Amino acid sequence: MKKQHIVLFSSAILILLFVLGIYLYKSYQTKKLGFMARENASVFVRGYSQTLGADDAKVYLIKFSDPACETCSTFHPFVKQLMASNPGKIKLVIRYAPFHDGADYFVKILEASKKQGKYWETLDVMYKTQRYWASHHNPKPQLIWRFLPRAGLDMEKIRKDMNNPEIVGIINQDLADAKTLNVRKTPGFFVNGKPLSSFGYKQLKELVDSEISKYY
Amino acid sequence: MTIKDKASNSDWTIIFICWIVASVSTLGSLFFSEIMEFPPCTLCWYQRIFMFPLVTILLVGLFPFDKNIIKYALPLAIAGWSIAFYHSLLYSGFIPESIQPCSQGVSCSETYLDLFGFLTIPMLSLISFSIIIGLLLILRRRLSK
Repeated sequence: MKKQHIVLFSSAILILLFVLGIYLYKSYQTKKLGFMARENASVFVRGYSQTLGADDAKVYLIKFSDPACETCSTFHPFVKQLMASNPGKIKLVIRYAPFHDGADYFVKILEASKKQGKYWETLDVMYKTQRYWASHHNPKPQLIWRFLPRAGLDMEKIRKDMNNPEIVGIINQDLADAKTLNVRKTPGFFVNGKPLSSFGYKQLKELVDSEISKYY
Repeated sequence: MTIKDKASNSDWTIIFICWIVASVSTLGSLFFSEIMEFPPCTLCWYQRIFMFPLVTILLVGLFPFDKNIIKYALPLAIAGWSIAFYHSLLYSGFIPESIQPCSQGVSCSETYLDLFGFLTIPMLSLISFSIIIGLLLILRRRLSK
């Protein structure tokens, strides 16, 4: 065999092995997570987790997110649209993976808003105004207080409730579950325990659609 | 085929093996970071800086075979080996974590992979660099004869 051919052939083999490795790893992960979804469902949904959608929905869309994460914010309208186009079939579960520095602070505010029944309104306001207070180069967490009244919150109560130690427990539990589920970036999506293997709007819609067609 | 041809063929093969080792290491490290999504720490990045170019440099040295490749590849491999050695010491606990340079962000001593109880990612890197250095040194001795 000519030397050029040997090198070309080896390159082809190496790349083939790499692609095969990707395939094997992904299918192993999907299998493992599928097992966990059946045997240990609480890793995906905890009792305290905020949910949206009908209780009898058969498609659980789990979103590990961070109030300070830009991609979570751009995905938010898309997720809402997904739910609107499949009424009653999807249940959205919000889990926290506050990977940004200081993002715990925003999770605490969000959790405190739950007590006033304004969770989703607060989340909307957070995502809409995020660019003002969560810039990577110049984060100004205090600026969020200027926008929060838009959600119709009792600000005094929020300041008091956000220091509840229970919230720290929730964040730690969510972070531990994120680690178990190999969520290292936000938003991290799971649909009925299946991970979104390649990231994107289209892929998420396909995954949701495939689960919907399985159950409805 | 003359004896000289045979000898130069083995020389070529030595560099070819070095290239395979560098390519496997490069693809392997990309697999860890891009597919398994282990975030590479600072020390891993320094090792990558010396491993990735070896793939290109060694390939160029293969066509046509150029014995000067040793001169170019060896310094890269030695620099990479030194970092891998330091990283392995850090990983195995010989150097306490408090004096490591990269405490912010990703920890350099957090263990992500542990095959058969001793094969960690820095260890794999150290093995790769060692093989490449060893082969290059063998080739240098052969050529200086």
